[in-house]
Amino acid sequence: MIGPFLWMVATSLTTQSQLETVGAGLLPDPVTLQPYRQIGEVFPFWRFALNSLGIAVVSTVLQLFTSATAAYAFGRLRFRGATAVFLLYVATMMIPMQVIIVPLFIELRTLRLVDTYAGLILPTIVSSFGVFMLRQAFLALPRELDEAAFVDGAGHFRVFWQVLLPLVRPALATFAVFGFMSSWNAFLWPLVIAQTEEHMTLPVGLSLLLGRYSPAWNVIMAGSALSSLPILALFVFAQRYVVRSIASTGIKA
Amino acid sequence: MVGDRGLRKALVVGAFLAPSLVVLLAFWIGPMLGTIWISLQDWNLIGKARYAGVDNYVELATDEKFHAALGHTLLFIVAYLPLVLVLGLAVALLLDSALPAMPLFRAVFFLPVISSWVAVSLLWKWILNPAGGLLDRALSTVGIDGPGWWTDPNWAMPAVVLASVWKDLGFVAVLLLAGLQAIPTDLKEAAALDGANAWRRLRSVTLPLLSPSLFFVTVISVINSFQVFDQVYVMTGGGPGDATTVVVQQIVKYAFQYGRVGYASAMSIVLFAIVMLVTALQVRLQKRWVHYD
Amino acid sequence: MRARRRTVIALMAVMATAGALSACDSGGSGDSATGTITYFTFSAAPDHLKDLDAIRAAFEAENPGIKVEVRTAAYADYFTALQTQIAGNNAPDTFELNYENFFTYARNGALLALDDLAKADSGYDAGRIYPKALAAFQVDGKQYALPSTFSDVVLIYNKKLFDAAGLAYPSASWTWADERAAAEKLTDKAAGIYGDYQPVSFYEFYKALAQSGGSFLSADGKKATFNDAKGLQAAQWLIGKPGTVMPTVAEIGGKADFDTALFKSGKLAMWHNGIWQLATLNDTAGLDYDIVVEPGNTQKANAVFMNATAVSAGTKKGTAAWKWALYLSSSKKTVETRLASSWELPAVNDSAAFDSYLKLPPANRQAVFGALEAIALPPVIGDQQAQMQDIVTAELEKAANGQKSVQQALDDAAAAVTALISK
Repeated sequence: MIGPFLWMVATSLTTQSQLETVGAGLLPDPVTLQPYRQIGEVFPFWRFALNSLGIAVVSTVLQLFTSATAAYAFGRLRFRGATAVFLLYVATMMIPMQVIIVPLFIELRTLRLVDTYAGLILPTIVSSFGVFMLRQAFLALPRELDEAAFVDGAGHFRVFWQVLLPLVRPALATFAVFGFMSSWNAFLWPLVIAQTEEHMTLPVGLSLLLGRYSPAWNVIMAGSALSSLPILALFVFAQRYVVRSIASTGIKA
Repeated sequence: MVGDRGLRKALVVGAFLAPSLVVLLAFWIGPMLGTIWISLQDWNLIGKARYAGVDNYVELATDEKFHAALGHTLLFIVAYLPLVLVLGLAVALLLDSALPAMPLFRAVFFLPVISSWVAVSLLWKWILNPAGGLLDRALSTVGIDGPGWWTDPNWAMPAVVLASVWKDLGFVAVLLLAGLQAIPTDLKEAAALDGANAWRRLRSVTLPLLSPSLFFVTVISVINSFQVFDQVYVMTGGGPGDATTVVVQQIVKYAFQYGRVGYASAMSIVLFAIVMLVTALQVRLQKRWVHYD
Repeated sequence: MRARRRTVIALMAVMATAGALSACDSGGSGDSATGTITYFTFSAAPDHLKDLDAIRAAFEAENPGIKVEVRTAAYADYFTALQTQIAGNNAPDTFELNYENFFTYARNGALLALDDLAKADSGYDAGRIYPKALAAFQVDGKQYALPSTFSDVVLIYNKKLFDAAGLAYPSASWTWADERAAAEKLTDKAAGIYGDYQPVSFYEFYKALAQSGGSFLSADGKKATFNDAKGLQAAQWLIGKPGTVMPTVAEIGGKADFDTALFKSGKLAMWHNGIWQLATLNDTAGLDYDIVVEPGNTQKANAVFMNATAVSAGTKKGTAAWKWALYLSSSKKTVETRLASSWELPAVNDSAAFDSYLKLPPANRQAVFGALEAIALPPVIGDQQAQMQDIVTAELEKAANGQKSVQQALDDAAAAVTALISK
């Protein structure tokens, strides 16, 4: 389970000469941090990482909001055409990104948003994955909770924000991790929309490490290892929310 | 709210949907319509687009390579899906406990999910190395002559499936775990008190209450596996020969290497139709097994 | 009702602001000779970014008023990004193209014809650029790109292995028969040593075909003619190697750069590869190697790869772009920088400039230029280039796998390629 990750770290600490003679992934001797330093020679690592972080955070926060609100509509409000509109959301997951980038790019070019943070973030504000996930989470909650709150005079937004949302914390936390990961690792769209170093993201920078003829695996793996740290950190942090809420429901069957 | 009707109801629905729907329409549905338009063109991206009507679709109907790619994709789905769902569920059930070591175990299963496909593919190429890899050596102790795996057109896709299941079961497990955590323990305790054993509790209490999450994971996994590409490309490049070429690989090739983005878009639309059909079917069937409150 | 109206007004305000902000365009003046131009390239990352930066700085110093904004991408992603930019009417002012892709960009009107700009430039000396390279980037008599670099493929051999077997080193007079004989004597599978390495692919095939005197396409370019007797010889030459003097695909096990590692560890006697390997081979301790022009069959023919700088047809800064393209092609600074850092070879007609280059190891570095005496350029058919290459490679691989006979594979490939051309 942890094999590839260890392989990645081991390779990232290997010297170039050992890489060529012995190969990658074995216990490095001598251990060196040179590959990590070399990353900075190819692209401004911290600038790109900061861009990635900012975009991922904004993206994830907005996604949590837009997904939760839409999930409430689909999971709680009964209205005509709900299934059809829901399928519309799900439909957007069915076209490969590689094909969508061409018309999407043309659209953003027309809006003069090429090479801007807005251009990087706007398409990522909504996540059908998140809408779907949270819809299921809402649907699994008993309606008695809502009804009790309505009877107490609460409006829809209160029910949403104060009653239901806290109960789906595990789903919210889990989605936050995946949403962050998806934005952090996104490659194709940033590749196409960002033009200058000011706006480029980490995956695009890491791709520059792949030489055409003989890639330096130790440097590439150093980049990958660094890149996976925030996600790992977020995952571990989010785990504290993926626990049973002690005040489960309190409703007798 | 009780008594929500008409305009008031519409406003509430609108208010909750607006944030996501506006962005969806502007930046997803719009470009999807653009893809349909491109599918009716003959275009190489760098020159002018030439209107081609339904020519691309007609050509797809007789394109052997496209049909083969569809076949390979279906093969992947049929083999991958049951394995990753069952194993992912098993792992989720294991991880659904309050033991102090749990966060560590969860992280261990999550590591493959965040590992790059390059690293994962190297591991599995080593395990499934036809010339003395781990698996073949283990098989030979039991007297089975291991297949050629990566070099054998019949075994390359199963090899990709194995590696994919291994990497993704953490993804499935984490998603199901979130659903499991929302199941109140008092229901399971009540069942236990009533004399139900673990298996019975699983079948009658846990799974039905988990079914909304299971439905979600199944639908998402189907949609994602129809578009499988990265791992196949990194591990086999579509080979040996064309044995593991999948639909999205064809799409990428035609769009950016062969100068036929119109044809690639048509392929995407056909793929979309198939996936939509399968998904709509699943949505239809959810009444049979998914228990909402 | 109020909530809805407020939302609509807010949305309109946001869009208006976005529109106003983006209207502050940095388009600059309408002058085509000064301002900022963009340059997109794949050959700089990851090893030569500093070199490109030095060239850029020197250019900007010599051309005050022009600024070059460089953007790099890895080769694997370069054309995806470039094509999307062009499709979205956002093409870089100047960009790098390799020979195989150049033709289709020129034919589709994506490139600016440079002849007028060349005439207007009094400092332009066409003779300074290597004539064959300049001609390669002309279509219908018009110059659509300026060659920037070239590299070629030679036979790289391990002297120690030849010494140990008591064999004479490969010479310029060798033919395939000599190579085969030596490879067989040098192969010792038990010790993991192989005599030769040449992949079964389109790139090796068209070269082997040329070395047998065959031609890939008919004279009018409409038919594939590589499935004749000469093509059969070429294909058999390639396919006969794996399993005998070369590891098989299965033995390679999908390991990346298997051949590089094999040669560097002293376990490969002869290696068909490009001069871009020389820098790293020179840095490999304990490796005693040299190069020689590849043996031919009935004649010599060598693979030469060229990159060029093209100017976008839609650029508003044509004069500045021309100057930059020319600078990248043949300026003193560029030539010096490329040679000093082994960043491919400048396509200049200046043997004095190469003196220092030729003094670097290995001993027979002259072979780099020897290979230029008989060039086999890749056959180019326009839009379907990549598809044609894939077809040929796939069919050859099938023959190598034993799935079909070599002749059958060639016939099938030729039929498919001819069908492709006629579409």
